[in-house]
Amino acid sequence: MDINLDICTHILTNFISEETKKIGFHNVIVGLSGGVDSALSTKLASIALGSNSVFAYILPYKLSKKENVDDAITFAKELGINYEILDITSMADSYLSLNNIIDKVRVGNVLARIRMVILFDKSVQHRGLVLGTSNKTELLLGYGTWYGDMASSINPIGDLYKTQVWQLGEYLKIPVNILEKIPSADLWEGQTDEGDIGYKYKEIDSLLYYMVDQRMNRDKLIELGFKEDMIVRIKEMIRKSQFKRQLPVLAKISLRTIDKDFRYCRDWGY
Amino acid sequence: MKKVMLAQMSPILGDLNKNFLKHLDAIDRGIEEKCDLIIFPELSLTGYCLRDLVYDVAIKAEHEIIRKLIDKSHKISIVFGFAYLDEHGLVYNAGAYMEKGALSYLHKKVFLPDYTMFEEGRYFARGKTLNGIKTQMGDTTLLICEDALHISAAYAMFKRGVSTAIIISNSPARGVYKEQFYSKSMWETVTKFISMSLTCYVIFVNRTGVEEGVTFWGGSHIFNPFGDKIMGLPLISESCKTIEIDINDTSRARINSPFYRESNNIIGE
Repeated sequence: MDINLDICTHILTNFISEETKKIGFHNVIVGLSGGVDSALSTKLASIALGSNSVFAYILPYKLSKKENVDDAITFAKELGINYEILDITSMADSYLSLNNIIDKVRVGNVLARIRMVILFDKSVQHRGLVLGTSNKTELLLGYGTWYGDMASSINPIGDLYKTQVWQLGEYLKIPVNILEKIPSADLWEGQTDEGDIGYKYKEIDSLLYYMVDQRMNRDKLIELGFKEDMIVRIKEMIRKSQFKRQLPVLAKISLRTIDKDFRYCRDWGY
Repeated sequence: MKKVMLAQMSPILGDLNKNFLKHLDAIDRGIEEKCDLIIFPELSLTGYCLRDLVYDVAIKAEHEIIRKLIDKSHKISIVFGFAYLDEHGLVYNAGAYMEKGALSYLHKKVFLPDYTMFEEGRYFARGKTLNGIKTQMGDTTLLICEDALHISAAYAMFKRGVSTAIIISNSPARGVYKEQFYSKSMWETVTKFISMSLTCYVIFVNRTGVEEGVTFWGGSHIFNPFGDKIMGLPLISESCKTIEIDINDTSRARINSPFYRESNNIIGE
C-alpha cells in the first residue's frame, strides 16, 4: 500500500491549484493543529499556491497542549505562510458552561464545530477555500466531527490512509517532531487516536487497504492474518458512519430530487 | 511522412463554446505548424463528468460548431470527442474524424464503462460497430478509451489490417502505488500490445485537468508498428506536441512480424 510519492505530490498539488483557481479563488484557509494531517495539507497547499496564498489558523482551547501550538507556529513560520492564533476558550466556554456540558464527546464536537465556524468565516474574509485535513482512515471510521473537522471545501488528503500521510509527510520534509507525534485530537489530557479506536493505525490501515481497496472478503482477510473481531468491529465503524460521508438525506417528492436524479458535478462550468 | 499534433488538453466541464475556442486555438497552431492531423482527447468539446449536463451539451452533426470544425478540416485533419445527439434523440459518447472538409467518420463508443467510479452507461447510448476508414493515415480506426481495452476491438482492427489506431481517452489517475501507477501502466501495456500485435501505429491521446477531485493523467503517447514508444507527453499537464510519422512503416514492420498476413488467412472476411 506504499504510494508513489512523486506522482502523488504532483497530483495533489495540481488538485489544490486547479480546484481553487478555476472557480476564481487564489487562497486557502486551514486549521493548523500541530499534527501531521493539517501540516501535510498545508505544505501541499503552500507548494501548489505559494506561501502567500495560505492562511493558517491555530485555534487552541484551554486544554490544548502548548507543545502543539508551538509546533504549529514554528511550522507556519518555516513555511512563510500567513498565520494567526485565536484562542477559542472563551467562545467555547460561554456555550459549554451555560449548558453545563462536560461529556467528552459533546465537548469535542463543540470545539471542532467552533473551529469550523471560524475557518469558514475566514474563508469569506480572505476569499479562500477551506482546506480539508481529514485522512482516509478517519473518514472511513467516522472518527471525526460531522460539520466540524470533517467540513471543508477541498480535501487533498482524503484518499490517503494515515500511514500514507506519514509516508508523504516524510517525503515532503514535515518536521520530525510533528511527524513522530502520537496522533491525538488533543481534546483532553492523555487522549490518543489509537487509544480511542482501540487499534494501531498500522493495523487498521492494512486491514482497510485489503478490505476496502482490494475488496477482500472476511475469509480472505482471516487468511491474511487479521483477527475476526477486529474485522467485524472495523466494518461496523464504517457502516455506522456512512451518514457522515454523505449529504443529508432528502425526502423524495418530485421527479427530480437533488443528488438522486438532479445530478451535476461541483465543477459544473469550470 | 505525416505530421501529427497531439493536443493533450483539459476541457471546461459543460461549456461547449469555451471548449470550441480552445479547439480553434490548437487547430490554428496545428495549421501554422503545417500539421496533417490534430487529435484531441475523448469528450474534448464537453468535459467528462457530465452527468445531467449530457442533455445540455449533446449536439447534432449539423450543429454550428461541427460545421465550423468541418470547415477547418480543409487545412488539417481533426479528431475530437463530443456528445453526439442522433436523430432519435439518443446521446452517444462519440469521436469524429474530419478530413478534406468532411466528417469522414463518426465513431460511437461501444464499451461504456459503468463500474467503480464510472457511470457512462447511465447517460450514453451504446454504439454498435467498430469500424474504420481510409484516411491520409492509411487504414485508420478511431476508438474511444474503454473500446480499446476489449480484445474484440483489437480483433475488429486486425480484420481491417489497420495501419493507424487512434485512441482518444479520458483516463483518470487511480491506483498510484509505489510499484505501479495502475491506469498509466494499464494503458501503456495495452497500446504497446496493440502496436506490436497488429503491427500498426497506435496514437493514444488522453486529457488532463481535474474534475470532482479526479485527475486525468495525460501521458499521451505513440507506439510505432515495431512496438517502440516514439513519443510521450508529460503527465498531468496540458501539452501540445507534434511528431512526423511514416505510415509506410506498417509494411516494413509486417516483414519481420507477419502476424497480419498469417492470421488474415484464418480470420477471412
